[in-house]
Amino acid sequence: MDLSIFGIQSTTTALVAVLSGLALVFLGLWLAGLIGPRSYAPQKGEAYECGIPTRGKSMVQFKVGYYLFAILFLMFDVEAVFLFPWAVIAKSMGTESILAVAVFLCVLVLGLAYAWRKGALEWK
Amino acid sequence: MNTFDFSIVTTWFDNLLNGVMPLWLTTVIECLLIGVGLILVYALLALFYIYYERKLCGAFQCRLGPNRVGPFGLLQSFADMFKILIKELIPINNIDKFLFGLAPYLVIASSFTAFAVLPWGRGLQIIDFNIGVFFLIAVSSIGVLGILLAGWSSNNKFTLIGALRSGAQMVSYELSIGLSVMTIVLLAGTMSVTELVEGQEHLWYIFQGHIPAIIAFLIYIVAGTAETNRGPFDLPEAESELTAGYHTEYSGIHFGYFYLAEYLNLFIVSGVATLLFFGGWMPLHIPGCEGFNNVMDYIPSVVWFVGKAIILSAVIIWFKWTFPRLRIDQLLAFEWKYLLPFNLVNLVLMLIVVAFGWHF
Repeated sequence: MDLSIFGIQSTTTALVAVLSGLALVFLGLWLAGLIGPRSYAPQKGEAYECGIPTRGKSMVQFKVGYYLFAILFLMFDVEAVFLFPWAVIAKSMGTESILAVAVFLCVLVLGLAYAWRKGALEWK
Repeated sequence: MNTFDFSIVTTWFDNLLNGVMPLWLTTVIECLLIGVGLILVYALLALFYIYYERKLCGAFQCRLGPNRVGPFGLLQSFADMFKILIKELIPINNIDKFLFGLAPYLVIASSFTAFAVLPWGRGLQIIDFNIGVFFLIAVSSIGVLGILLAGWSSNNKFTLIGALRSGAQMVSYELSIGLSVMTIVLLAGTMSVTELVEGQEHLWYIFQGHIPAIIAFLIYIVAGTAETNRGPFDLPEAESELTAGYHTEYSGIHFGYFYLAEYLNLFIVSGVATLLFFGGWMPLHIPGCEGFNNVMDYIPSVVWFVGKAIILSAVIIWFKWTFPRLRIDQLLAFEWKYLLPFNLVNLVLMLIVVAFGWHF
């Protein structure tokens, strides 16, 4: 089950892929630290903002509009997780699958319509 | 079916190693081989893509593009890579050091794993879960975490705005990607990458599913462009407003990794489009045209896959030079008020086509 190249388990190869990605970043940073130049000046560490010194903190609370979209995203992403297994077997179920998913999609579309009507999709 | 099967080579190698050493050592050596191979292909493709995009940009703007370093400027991106390696990694004041360092690791690891799921050729499948494409969507969405961390930890207002824009954009357009992938999964009846490719042996899914598949492809390619922060959707790093967006404070190779991931994500997006709509590594077959099909079969499967992906990336690069940049409210409205409802309708359309057997 789930055998990939060389007959290795896919979980192992997935781990190999993650680790080699991490290794690529680590090796590159190590190499750059080794051969890159180093110098010190007090202005060098300043935040890059068009040459003017930064005023106040930058790690601040931010516009709530982004948060609304994140919540909407959560709703639809969970919906996608539910729909994927259905999509795999829908073909073998035939016309029955239309009825099976119609109710689910209706509720979902109602949710989107509600968010739209409430103005959550407007950028203010 | 004349295409060369790479599993012949890998099985032969596996047996060869098993003959002279214990099983665990064979597995370790093969894992190392996979890792090194992935890193090499990843880096070389990134270098090629940088050259490719610059040449194409040049062509779109009636100029030559890079042509000084090496023949036709082919060594330009190698020169760029060495230059970026010998640049200083500038330490910034008041940053969150841990998160600042963590961000490139997350971005690269996520794009690397998504990269390994792609079907490279017959028998060249590195990660082959039975939930293949679902796994691919899941891992590639981890990248947005890295971008948000990079922007927030840099202690800079430009990076914060860039990161939040990027986060809102990427999570929104991910829905469209997920739904258009689902449309094809509905047609194919499987999520496994190998089975998806094998289902397209006689006819690609974009032809099998005709109208809904073509709509799904159009939605996918638009959402994919937004997902990679490119083209008309490059608000997170709108140069004229935000200097460089979420990676303003990164320098040298640290910045290079974000750049690398961005180019490779372009390849991954076009690779997934190839896998889902254009037959993966399957050659182009016209039903009933035996002579033509036999000629196409002689082209190796790797060439088919990479070739199709590169041609699709050219389309995405073309978008960039055709459309002006959107505003953030237009961008989000486009996704939530147009693409998403269209996508849901398209899913139902595909369902009807599949349920009544109207597909080819």
